Amino acid sequence: MSELDFDPRRYTDSLDDREDHAPGDEPAEDAGHWISNANLGLGFSVLLTVAAFVLASTHLIYGPSIPVALLVLAIAQMGVHLVFFLHITTGPDNTNNVLALAFGILVVFLIVTGSIWIMAHLNHNMMPMDQLMQNQP
Amino acid sequence: MTDTSLPAARETIRRVREDPYRLGHRPHGPREPIEGTGQGVTGPASKRVIVGYGFWIFLLSDIVMFSCFFAAFAVQRGATAGGPGIRDLVEMPRVALETAALLLSSYTCGLSFAATNARNLLWTQVFLLVTGLLGLAFVGMELQEFISLASRGITPQRSGFVTSFFGLVGLHGLHVTIAGLWLLTMMAQVQVKGFRPEIVHRLICFNLFWHALDIVWIGIFTIVYLMGAIA
Repeated sequence: MSELDFDPRRYTDSLDDREDHAPGDEPAEDAGHWISNANLGLGFSVLLTVAAFVLASTHLIYGPSIPVALLVLAIAQMGVHLVFFLHITTGPDNTNNVLALAFGILVVFLIVTGSIWIMAHLNHNMMPMDQLMQNQP
Repeated sequence: MTDTSLPAARETIRRVREDPYRLGHRPHGPREPIEGTGQGVTGPASKRVIVGYGFWIFLLSDIVMFSCFFAAFAVQRGATAGGPGIRDLVEMPRVALETAALLLSSYTCGLSFAATNARNLLWTQVFLLVTGLLGLAFVGMELQEFISLASRGITPQRSGFVTSFFGLVGLHGLHVTIAGLWLLTMMAQVQVKGFRPEIVHRLICFNLFWHALDIVWIGIFTIVYLMGAIA
């Protein structure tokens, strides 16, 4: 085994930069790293939130496009929160976290779009009774 | 290990070494895999990672539950039964204040964990307290909103739309309330027990929970309130 240069006994009990990381967690570092992350997160979030409120309460952009713009801003802000507050990264130590997140997003997507889709069809097909009677030959 | 180790184990280790990305094996540099990365060959991950990851799974399932309420809201949005619509429910200044309170509380929560990592008891407690006060302000404003709606006769039994509104927003408020109780518990535990590993694990989980609540609130203020205001 010595030629493989691998020593499984080199176990480190504290979280360091050689282990997988849980979400919201990172290798032990000085507090400055965490504070700069929080500052960045707050800065981006404030920008995106203010933008969303301004767009929704003024006529800066074309009216029918406002909902799309709001959705984009919301998704961007969720991303900011994930990265700067929950410390989800694309690094190899985060593979498990990202996979779980991806599955969660898939389920959320299925539930929301599936519900809206199916219920819109039901609404369409379930005409009020008086209209249904009129349509009968 | 000795020479009696299984050939299969050596094969595994060779495979690990030859994985160019060393997925899960940590070393970004020229270092070797160590025990405790939770990737099969090297044994279970440390408790800190397992606790955080397990709580992450719970959070995702919690978000899935919220998505059901979001879906119900989206479906029931037009089911006003001749009663108040979404525009009648939205008060922009209050929503802006609520959002500011929750966003700032997320920030102070992150700072409290920075202090936890620096093992600074005083600042951990100070930032946790600020976080709790901001959360309390949020819950207070939401209660005030619900009471003012109820005083105008807008209660959940009015229509399917109002039911889904109170269900979604109320569920989030309930989460923040419970998180506030958890926060008080954590402040007491940190004070009495100090930064023992299991206490730090709980603080990690609390941080995750609080930030996840803010993520859900982003969805609520966008889809319920801002889109309601322009409906």
